[in-house]
Amino acid sequence: MTARPRAHLALADGTAFPGFSWGAEATSVGEAVFTTGMTGYQEVLTDPSYTGQLVVMTAPQIGNTGVNSADHEHVGGRPQVAGFVVRDPSPVTSSHRAEESLGEWLARSGVAAIGGVDTRAVVRHLRETGAQNACIGTGSVAELVDRARAAPSMEGLDLVERVTPAAPYEFTESRAEWSTAFDAQRLFHDPARQRPTRWHVVALDFGAKRNILRCLVDLGCRLTVVPARTSAADVLALRPDGIFLSNGPGDPAAVGHAIATIRELLGQRPMFGICLGHQLLALALGARTYKLKFGHRGLNQPVKDLTTGRVEITSQNHGFVVDVGSLGAAARSTHLHLNDGTSEGLEAPEARCFSVQYHPEAAAGPHDALYLFERFGAAMDHA
Amino acid sequence: MPRRDDLHKILLIGSGPIVIGQACEFDYSGTQGAKALTTLGYEVVLVNSNPATIMTDPELVRRTYVEPLDRPTLTAILERERPDALLPTLGGQTALNLAIELHESGVLSRLGIKLIGAQVDAIRKAEDRQLFKDAMARAGLESPRSGHAKSVDEARAIAERTGYPVILRPSFTLGGAGGGVAHHPGELTAKVEWALSQSPTGEVLVEESLLGWKEYELEVIRDVKDNFIVVCTIENLDPMGVHTGDSITVAPAMTLTDREYQRLRDAARVVMREIGVETGGSNVQFAVDPRTGRVLVIEMNPRVSRSSALASKATGYPIAKIAAKLAVGFTLDELENDITGTSAAFEPTIDYVVVKWPRFAFEKFPGSEARLGTQMKSVGEVMSIGRTFPEALEKAARSLETGKHGLESLRDRVDYEALAEEPTSTRDLRHDAPPAARPRAPSIPPPSADLRATLERIIARPTPERLFHVADALRAGSSVERVHEVTGIDRWFLEQIARLVRQEARLTAAAELDEELLRESKRLGLGDRRIAALRGMTEDAVRALRDRFGVHATFQRVDTCAAEFPARTPYLYSSHERADECEPSDRRKVIILGGGPNRIGQGIEFDYCCCHAVFALRELGIEAVMVNCNPETVSTDYDTSDRLYFEPLTLEDVLAIVRAEASRGELLGVIVQFGGQTPLRLAVPLERAGVRLLGTSADAIDRAEDRERFDALLSKLGLVRPRAGVARGVDEAREVARSIGYPVLVRPSYVLGGRAMMICYEESELEAYVGIAIEAAREEGGSQVLLIDEFLRNAVEVDVDCVGDGRRAIIGGVMQHIEEAGVHSGDSTSVLPPHSLDAEVVRTIEQQARALALELGVVGLMNVQFAVKDGSVYVLEVNPRASRTVPFVSKATGRPLAKIAAKVMAGETLDSLGLEDGPVPTHVAVKESVFPFGKFPGVDTILGPEMRSTGEVMGIATSAALAFGKSLAAAGFQLPERGRAFISVREADKAAAVQLARRLRNLGFAILATRGTAEAIQRARIPATPINKVLEGSPHVVDAVMDGSIQIVINTTEGAKAIRDSYSIRRNALLHNIPYFTTMPAALAAVDSLEVALLSGTAVQVRSLQEWHARAREAR
Repeated sequence: MTARPRAHLALADGTAFPGFSWGAEATSVGEAVFTTGMTGYQEVLTDPSYTGQLVVMTAPQIGNTGVNSADHEHVGGRPQVAGFVVRDPSPVTSSHRAEESLGEWLARSGVAAIGGVDTRAVVRHLRETGAQNACIGTGSVAELVDRARAAPSMEGLDLVERVTPAAPYEFTESRAEWSTAFDAQRLFHDPARQRPTRWHVVALDFGAKRNILRCLVDLGCRLTVVPARTSAADVLALRPDGIFLSNGPGDPAAVGHAIATIRELLGQRPMFGICLGHQLLALALGARTYKLKFGHRGLNQPVKDLTTGRVEITSQNHGFVVDVGSLGAAARSTHLHLNDGTSEGLEAPEARCFSVQYHPEAAAGPHDALYLFERFGAAMDHA
Repeated sequence: MPRRDDLHKILLIGSGPIVIGQACEFDYSGTQGAKALTTLGYEVVLVNSNPATIMTDPELVRRTYVEPLDRPTLTAILERERPDALLPTLGGQTALNLAIELHESGVLSRLGIKLIGAQVDAIRKAEDRQLFKDAMARAGLESPRSGHAKSVDEARAIAERTGYPVILRPSFTLGGAGGGVAHHPGELTAKVEWALSQSPTGEVLVEESLLGWKEYELEVIRDVKDNFIVVCTIENLDPMGVHTGDSITVAPAMTLTDREYQRLRDAARVVMREIGVETGGSNVQFAVDPRTGRVLVIEMNPRVSRSSALASKATGYPIAKIAAKLAVGFTLDELENDITGTSAAFEPTIDYVVVKWPRFAFEKFPGSEARLGTQMKSVGEVMSIGRTFPEALEKAARSLETGKHGLESLRDRVDYEALAEEPTSTRDLRHDAPPAARPRAPSIPPPSADLRATLERIIARPTPERLFHVADALRAGSSVERVHEVTGIDRWFLEQIARLVRQEARLTAAAELDEELLRESKRLGLGDRRIAALRGMTEDAVRALRDRFGVHATFQRVDTCAAEFPARTPYLYSSHERADECEPSDRRKVIILGGGPNRIGQGIEFDYCCCHAVFALRELGIEAVMVNCNPETVSTDYDTSDRLYFEPLTLEDVLAIVRAEASRGELLGVIVQFGGQTPLRLAVPLERAGVRLLGTSADAIDRAEDRERFDALLSKLGLVRPRAGVARGVDEAREVARSIGYPVLVRPSYVLGGRAMMICYEESELEAYVGIAIEAAREEGGSQVLLIDEFLRNAVEVDVDCVGDGRRAIIGGVMQHIEEAGVHSGDSTSVLPPHSLDAEVVRTIEQQARALALELGVVGLMNVQFAVKDGSVYVLEVNPRASRTVPFVSKATGRPLAKIAAKVMAGETLDSLGLEDGPVPTHVAVKESVFPFGKFPGVDTILGPEMRSTGEVMGIATSAALAFGKSLAAAGFQLPERGRAFISVREADKAAAVQLARRLRNLGFAILATRGTAEAIQRARIPATPINKVLEGSPHVVDAVMDGSIQIVINTTEGAKAIRDSYSIRRNALLHNIPYFTTMPAALAAVDSLEVALLSGTAVQVRSLQEWHARAREAR
């Protein structure tokens, strides 16, 4: 372990944290953010929403269960983060599901990582100073800081182009043995009673997580996934029963073309958005978004459903948020973050759409909000 | 939903005495609950028979009943108090069982009392294994294949279906009592019989074995709106097959992918719904097949538990406090997370690793098998927090205080060859020959293939020290894979241990201990003493080197949120990171060192004292800084002190805290006298390191402990003690004993709880004893000097607790023991005020205690033990520190001694506090001890100089007889109202036995007695039926015990042979739940109680502590 080359995580504000190089030996720049999930490092690494970010795991022991192809959240199975920062990479892989060790996979996939970092100190620093650009690598601290400073700010950055598919495709994969009932009253969805395909849904892919698509399949959707720049007319030409707006990376306000497309689709078909999809929908409805100091990233975020009064423990990964005050009369806030009171969901009945800022599909995270998929199904039924 | 306004008065049931499986974690949860409900404006009534608890402090709630936890008593309290609701989920299994009984007897509905926190149906579904299985099946969850048996035949039929090995779990028992594993049909009969006998319903669950499966626990909370959170996941390092209370456990879970974990979370949620836990904390246990991921639900507890206390300490999320608030109507989103000020409706996430490591006491129970299984055996536990698993593991290992300073090699002190031959036997001081003096090789031979094989054989069986043996196997060259195969321990944990072993090797091999190697070793968790041993240096030298390189511990906060939000609560742990969040205050402050893990001889009483020190300091406006590593305690609640360090109580760890706290504000000093031996052992090294200790000086402590200086002290004051001598080795011991005259009381110096203490009646016993005693002293890290005292036969023992301020001393209480001298004071029954001592003798005792306090310059607490024989007073022992009896005295008299003492230590005087000796109370309080014999098959129940009780209860009444009767009931002995009494006594007790027989006969009992005793009784013209001793052949007394024809057993005996011969009588009385008395004074006291109960026929009388104390005040 001591043979590992020394490396640093250097922030644009000049602060540097020592560690050792791990994964691919490369220098990498991105926005330093932290996530507080104790499980699910593999899902984080492959979630397209983390594109362009150096992710700091607050959980110290990372890599324990290796990597397996079923848990990749990127449809193509590729890592998405710009870099990975951990306290203590596992010296061994222990899981009957593992196919490869995390270290090998990172190295093979060209992901720069740094281990041995006092990640708590990094988190406390980011909490105080806010998310900022950073660089990891084995070079001198000064050099790394310079590179961090040279990187463009996340604000105003359209990262969707990097992750959206080049062409439409059909998605048919189910959660299979991992399926959990959507209504949360029963435990496991009975695969023997697979739902018949009832609806055709077109998903605008801004960097969609694989488990969202799987959930839609399990709901009973025939799923056509289309690139972000698909026009409203082309979407409607597919004659969908419902439209889905996926999650994705970057500043929503920078994805003007998508906002325009969504504005055209409002009221045409029932529409459901998640994360970036939620922000884009809000922008299409005329609201504004802004950047949080250090975002919400973790699997323990409490959200209150204002309709039922119940609390959901949710999976979140967002740096931007919808300004609830800017929502017009046509839309209302439906979900509230209990920690900071920010809006986590909206609905616009006239426009036949609703969306949430958090991740009901989980992966990683709790399954408390799976009911939202049922809600989407019901909306399509009433159409 | 906000607070329920239809409730005004709520009764809370505690968990009773500390027993294996139910310890002070319920004091922690009950105290939290009581505080929370009081804060909300409810009137709280509390019932608990255990006086050593913080929850029974009369200041905590309006009315506190220290009364037996049984249905008649509770009924009387409910009738008297008429609460609106009963909250039974904070008092362990005891409280839940009582709630069910009160429900079934109709008391609750008759009095219109609502059960809150858990409903009867939910409790039944969770507790009854068949109902639970059915519920799981309905919810679509799998549980182990199994069946219920009421007989051996039924059990055999089920086992054939599930296949061997099978696990046996008796219904409705605590801590898995009576459980076991039958590996093949040959083992089934005996184990099923034992299990059936332990179950109050005579039922046992026979279940497919999951040996080697992974075990997880989820600590969860649900509210009335079906909001649900997981507070903590816990992974057992020991795979299934070892009771979770005996397993080393780790939080959070380490070897689950998110999908696998979410599957458990979903299942736990469904379990909560299906069982019907409407509000509160619960614990759900799962087994996971490591090969396939198949998940089975093992069990759930619809209440707070030992694990929830651990989860609260591990995450900073106060489960019991939240559960209490949910029980009165709140929902999670209406409550706040104290630490961050954000919502309580979230799941804690942690950025460190927590290890819990249990502590065992097999050495106290000779003849028991030191082997772990499905029945819980541990008596305490430690928790440690580190940034990584290896760091937390090393910290836990050095927190245990079992003479190890981390996960060190035992090769220089364990004969592995011998251990492999007989892996689990514990030596019996009475019967066993002394061990052959083991040649201590100057150097340990290098590891060999043989050693490897031996170790691999040893670690295949779970034992208390298995992880040390596992590390030794890795050191000897066993592969992680091979160790995984034989132990079932997950490779991930093993590889982390291998990492520590590799670091040791690097430390040993390095030419120089440079900064990088030192820093790296510290970051991996190795303690200074470990590094010192590996480098052949002293601990001081390592510390000096660290100072030179600037390698110091940093402190991090437990904040429930992995630093996402700032923590306003200073709940800290150490690590060796870059950043430090200690942020000491600029106030005047005192550090209080806690008692570490519960063990026999050092339990909750000391935590009680530490908490009172905290309360006292806070009242004086001094910042109270608590240090402890026991997750079960009130002292480690972040709410108790101003600042909490969850740290091992070793010199290194304490000095790091002192360094941090002294860096700002004014550190007045450290209190080492309240936490028992644990902090006391640090007194001298701390002082040597320049740390100021508060209260009685270390020199005074030494004067009381060092034999020669103690003798000088006594002769200066003209006080007398039994003749005594000091010996090093067998020859000296023999000589000293001869000069004193047999019988003699022998023990190693500086040990706790009478560890390895024995009365030797003849030379051969002494010779056999010496080797073992020296060994025991070494294991405990004490000196190897033996203390040999004259044993005063039939003397009355007396305990005194007092407080001195250096100028004068006040007497807190004088307690007379019921059992004669020779029974360890911690095991005996104490009566306050003395029930049969001459007033003049009591006055003499008080004067002597005062003289000792003044001469020693005691500032704080002091306990003195006296013996009274033929009117003469002998000083047995002086302990200028908190004693086990302080909470009992405080509850009995209403005077908080520990608090007073702490104030005095902080600079107040008895004058400034306005304190004089209190008047003798107008009531009588009796402290009775509670023993874990039921958990240790094959162990004799006879009392002796080695302490073996785990807990205590108090009976309080207007007379000694009534109070004793209550204390017996509280300890679980229901005295019979009629039937047959069996009497068999040693020669010296014959006369008393005749008295006893006469009185029992007058009460309507028939007398059975062994030949000699029967003849003595018959000579007094009292009818007595002779019955055979076991050796005399059937039908004998044990047959009679077993077939239920004996209702009370009185059996006194002495001498190794007689004790061995009568063992099965006592053991069977225990197994069949028949009240038994092994000393004549206790038997006589029991008959006193019976007479009062049967002749005067008084109904159950209950009164709160507040009323008792008020009554005593008025009587002044």
